Parts: sequence; structure tokens; C-alpha cells
Amino acid sequence: MEKKKILDEIEQAFPEKVLETSAPFGEETVELRPGALLKVVEFLRKKPYEFTMLLDLTCVDFPERDERFEMVYHIYSLALNRRLRIKLSLPEDKASLDSLTPLWKNANWLEREAFDMFGVRFEGHPDLRRLFMNEDFKGHPLRKEYPLRKRQPLIPLRKSP
Amino acid sequence: MPENFIATKFNHILGWARKYSLFHYPYITACCGMEYMSTACAHFDIDRFGAGWTRFSPRQSDLLLVVGTISQKQAPILKIVYDQMTEPKWVMAIGACAVSGGIYDNYAVVQGVDQVIPVDIYVPGCPPRPEIILDGLLKLQDKIQKQKHDWRWKKRKS
Amino acid sequence: MTARIQKQANPESLLLNMGPSHPAMHGAVRIMLELDGERILNSEVEVGYLHRGFEKTCENRTYFNLLIYTDRLNYVSPLINNVGYVMTIEKMLSLQVPERAQYIRVLMSELSRISDHLTCLAAMAMECAAFTVFLYNIKAREFIWDVIEATTGARMTTSYIRIGGVRADLRPDYPESVQKAVLETRKVLKDVHGLLDKNKIFLSRTRDIGLMTPEDAIAYGWTGPCLRSTGICYDVRKAHPYLVYDRLNFDIPLGERGDNYDRYMVRMEEMEQSLRIVEQCLARIPKSPGRVMADGLEPAEAIRASRLKKPGQAIRLSPNLEGAEKDVYKNIMADDPRFIIPPKEEAYTSIEGLISHFKFFMKGHGIRPPKGEVYFSVEGGNGEVGYYIVSDGSDKPYRLHLRAPCLHLLASLEDLIKGRLVADIIPTFGSMNIILGELDR
Repeated sequence: MEKKKILDEIEQAFPEKVLETSAPFGEETVELRPGALLKVVEFLRKKPYEFTMLLDLTCVDFPERDERFEMVYHIYSLALNRRLRIKLSLPEDKASLDSLTPLWKNANWLEREAFDMFGVRFEGHPDLRRLFMNEDFKGHPLRKEYPLRKRQPLIPLRKSP
Repeated sequence: MPENFIATKFNHILGWARKYSLFHYPYITACCGMEYMSTACAHFDIDRFGAGWTRFSPRQSDLLLVVGTISQKQAPILKIVYDQMTEPKWVMAIGACAVSGGIYDNYAVVQGVDQVIPVDIYVPGCPPRPEIILDGLLKLQDKIQKQKHDWRWKKRKS
Repeated sequence: MTARIQKQANPESLLLNMGPSHPAMHGAVRIMLELDGERILNSEVEVGYLHRGFEKTCENRTYFNLLIYTDRLNYVSPLINNVGYVMTIEKMLSLQVPERAQYIRVLMSELSRISDHLTCLAAMAMECAAFTVFLYNIKAREFIWDVIEATTGARMTTSYIRIGGVRADLRPDYPESVQKAVLETRKVLKDVHGLLDKNKIFLSRTRDIGLMTPEDAIAYGWTGPCLRSTGICYDVRKAHPYLVYDRLNFDIPLGERGDNYDRYMVRMEEMEQSLRIVEQCLARIPKSPGRVMADGLEPAEAIRASRLKKPGQAIRLSPNLEGAEKDVYKNIMADDPRFIIPPKEEAYTSIEGLISHFKFFMKGHGIRPPKGEVYFSVEGGNGEVGYYIVSDGSDKPYRLHLRAPCLHLLASLEDLIKGRLVADIIPTFGSMNIILGELDR
């Protein structure tokens, strides 16, 4: 299948959900409306595309935009040997979207990491807690307004000699 | 404390016995652990200095090697492990991250193990070569040799 | 705080904590178990004990400076992380790396991969009480690290692979030292095969333990030797070839059952294939002009001499900069003054070199990729190591994200050990080769 066809076929199948498609540096990217993720992903998991592997799930923080959080998904098809990037933008007050845990098992930890670092919530996630930071940590470290050096020690620290 | 022949000889013998029979507990977290593995193995043997037996339990060891970065989540665990060790105990901070936080000056890393527990020897490097770790061990052995112990058991202040 | 397992547990079962200070040399992972005698009913894995804030730190460092942080991710094979990061930047900048530098990168990556597998199997065997295998593997790893140290200057965290090429050329005597490392590794592999392959104790601890089906492995996003042990052939070096891997001959070993023993055998076979690649690199690497170990001038004298020199007379600098002399520079670094610092002879003795050196390091200048985002992945010791970089046109990355293969491997541990004995955790955990520097970033 030539490079352009997958993006065209997604646009034809979901004309109202796709915001734009592009291929910067040769990597196919699809930008979707929020709420469209599950349907598009289920469409892509079937034949002939078979995007069966979720490589990565992350978030980028653009505080100056209205839609602050941009979720980025990388999925991979072993049959076609192709990668695809899916992007979604979320506003800060409604930073939640569908969880992919019914489809992929590693989405569990990846979504916990996104919640820990950015505060994005996932509906339908069985156990949404922090992954890296401890439970009492206040704030979300990778947001742009969290200062780099603001430490929250768990035990009182001594003065080093 | 009386400084006479018996007391100095007692210190001397006790220091000699302690320094050549160190049981260490490697508290390994990060990259320096690889250099610790090299130090403990055949090329740069740590056993020839008497400190070869790795006791995988803090209660059975008297040297705590803090190898690698200590994050804020790990700091209470380090304190618990240090408190579980019995006297006499020494601590060696190996690697730049354990000494001072290393290249990580951010929200997640304790800037030096001495903010959590008292440290005797600091071994810098990122990661330190095995020869430097052994040099740190030798300096620790000198320090143990020179420690003064009060042999008057009843009157000892704790 | 009560963990999930404490809330879910049966009040009559035993809760055991395999705590963050793990003696099995894997660093700091906490596994909480709910036991019925020795059998595991439920488990919970807690990570984050080595979270060092890599991604947040990288947003505050220039592209050149954050190379050192990438070394310390997968710290048993540090050069492969370097390669991944540098190639991501080169993709954004569309830089062409000279061929000799590409061969050197492949050579160093494969040596790192061999040392990664050696360390993994050493730790796994040591935890199954095969201490001899640990000592033998670390001995072989020392010879490999000798080669890496002679070329790069450091044994482990090298920061050797730079944007545009490598930092220094290989030493003139590198074939002998590489061949010695290859020979010693082959001897050790033969010994370890003899000790562990048909060993009844090792087989009973690893055969049919930690079984993973191919469908589950894909659902978990496994990559690397663990995925190949289930029978699925996905290797980034063959699927999306980078550097000169498409010109080299090597096979991809596959397993059948996806248990611990298959993961062990896949790693042993991969080491053999990596040794093949190393030998092919030695044969095919393009020749560079003969390097003379410089007995030249210190930089201060060189500056003085350059003011007095006659036109056309060459100035050689001191041995501290060996490997990066001007006559070998074009073989090891790309030819683009916007992104590459000039060779030191030019920086110290000519005004153009000084200006381009200064402009590279000046705040706000230097490497400024175009706006956009890019994802690139390489085959690391554990799987697909991917870097996702979002650039806003300035000299610092806006967002840098690492696709850590170990996160997906460890996410499946709770399912793999359910219903098994406590002693089965150790070889399962060891064969997955969890490196916390990568997982926790």
C-alpha cells in the first residue's frame, strides 16, 4: 500500500472526525477530534491495516493554546511494517478521554504515566493512580508551570555538612 | 579516656579486625551499579581487601554502599535500611548522584545522600572507575583504623 | 497509603513485599505479593523509585548538552541510547553522516549490545545461583569495555556519539583489541553454553516458566529479544534499517515458546550474531588516512605559533585531542558548520573557526532544528528505543519523550507470575532485563 493511501482511507471512513492528515519527515500523522479516538483505532486494528501494536502514548503541554494538552499515540502494524501517529488536543478543564485499556494491555501503565505527569484523566481505566511519583505528590511535574527544582521530600532532610 | 598502652593497643587491634573484615550491603539503584559489579568481580577484585562478602541484608552488614541516584521516593527506604543496620556501621556514597545529586538537579532527586544519612566516604565519578572505588575503600579502612573506642564498657557514653 | 493489593487481598493470605532495595541488582522495583503458602495469588508492581526527571530536565538543556542524560537511560548499553537520540536530531536536521562514522557507530552499538546481554544473563544466572556464569560474563564484558574505553575515553557513560558523527576516530591499533574482545567473548559464550544449556537445575527453573503467547506479547507492546522469543520476527534493524545495517549480513534468532529459557537462548544467539556484525564491520570499514599520535603543541603555544606561522604550515595540537585531528575530521563528522563544531586546530588558530565555535555554543544559537516533531527508533538491548522530540525552533527541545521498552515488559509481569511460585519470579524478572534507568527515566 503506498504511503498516501492509509491517510486517505482514514479520511474517507471518518470524514467528520479527522481534523487533518500530514506526513512531516515521512511519518504519517492523523489529527482527530476529541471523542473520536476509540472508533478510529478500532477501525485501524482490523484487516487490512492490522495496527495491532501500541508503541507509545504521550502528551505534550502547550499552555498558551486553548487546547492545552496534545495527546500523541504511536501505533504500529506488523503486517504492513508501518507506523502511524494519532494526535488529539484536549482543553485543560475537560482533560479526559477514553482509555485504550480494553484494546491494549500496555495502555494501562502508559495512561497512568500520562496521568501522573500531566493530569490527563482516562475514562474507563481500571486503576488510575500515579505511576512514578508517590501518592501524596501535589501537582503534575511535566506541566510547563511546575518549577524544575520544586522538591517535595517524603522525610525531613538533614543539613548536609 | 585514658591514653595508655592498653587502650591504644585495644584500639589498634579492634580497628585492624574491623577494617579487614567488612561485610558490605550494596544499595544499588542506578548506573554505578555496573561499576560495582566490575569491582566485585575477577578483574578488580574487592575480595582481596577483605570486603568481598556481599551480605544481602542490612542486619548482617556493617558497610552500606549507596550506589547510584537516590530519588525522593527512595529516600525513606534508605533511611529504614540504614536504621536497620547494627553498630558499628559506615556509609560510603559512590558516584556523583549519591554524593551530591550529580547531573540531576530537579524535583525528583535528593541532592546527596548526606541529606538522609551520615556519610563517611564520598567517592566521586560518573561512574567512578573500579580503582577509585577501591581507593575509597582503602581510605575507609584507614579511617576505621584510626577510630578510637572506649574500652571501659560500663562508663561508655552512647 | 494502602496499595491496591492490600485492599483487594483475601484476609487469610500472606502479603509479602519484595522491596525497593532489591538484592538482585536490578535496582529499585517493588513487587508486592499476595501468597497462599508459596503460590502467588495476586501481585502488584510499583515503580518510580529511580525517577530522575529526565524529560523535564531535557526541556531546560540545549540539544548538545542533553546528550549526557541519554547515556544514563539504559546504562548497560549506553552507546545505543546515544545513537537513537543523535539520529533523531539528524533526521530533523537532514544531516548526512560520513560512512566511516556510520560503521564506527554500528561497531560501538553492537559492542554495547553484547555487553547488555552479557550483563543480563550474568544477573539472571547469579540469581539462580550460578555464580560462575556471572563471573565469566563480567570478565568478557571487561574486554569489551577496554575497547570502548580506548576509543571513547570512558568505560560506560561515554557521550561518544555526537550529532553529525562521532567524537573521535578509532585508535590505530583497534583491530587487535577488538579481535581480542571477540575471542574472549566467544570463549565465554562457549563455556556458558556448556554450563547452562542442558543443566537440569537451570532447565527446571526456566523451562515453561513465564510463558507468553505471541498475541499477548503484541498486546503488551513487547519488542526486542523478549518478543522474538515468542516467535514474532520484529527487529528494528531489519524492519526499518538505519546506519549501515542493510549492508551487513546477520540473522534474527527466534524462539518458540516464549518462556524464560527461550529468552535466554535468544540472547545467547543474538550475541553470536552481534559478534558476526562486529567482524564484518572490521573488514568493511572505510580506511582513513593514517593517524599519527600527535606530539604537538598545547593550545596556548599553538595560538602563539599561529600568529608567527608561515602561510601553509600546519600546526598539530596536543594528544588530548587525539582522534579529532583535522585530517581525520571529515571522516568522522558531517560537513555542516551550522551544527558541527569545527576541529580544534581551526578553532584555536583561525578566526573563522573561532567564530563558528563561539556561535555554536552561544546561548540562543547553536543547533536549532526547524519547528515540528519527529519520532525515530533504534534497536536497543531490550527492544525498540524510540525518541519523540517536539521542537519549537529554539535551541532547547520543547518536549522530549523516550519510548522505553522496559515499561511494556514490566507491565506484563503481574500476569506472568500469577499462579506461580515465589521462586519463579526471579528468573522471569531476570530474563526480561529490566533496566530502571530507562523505565523510570
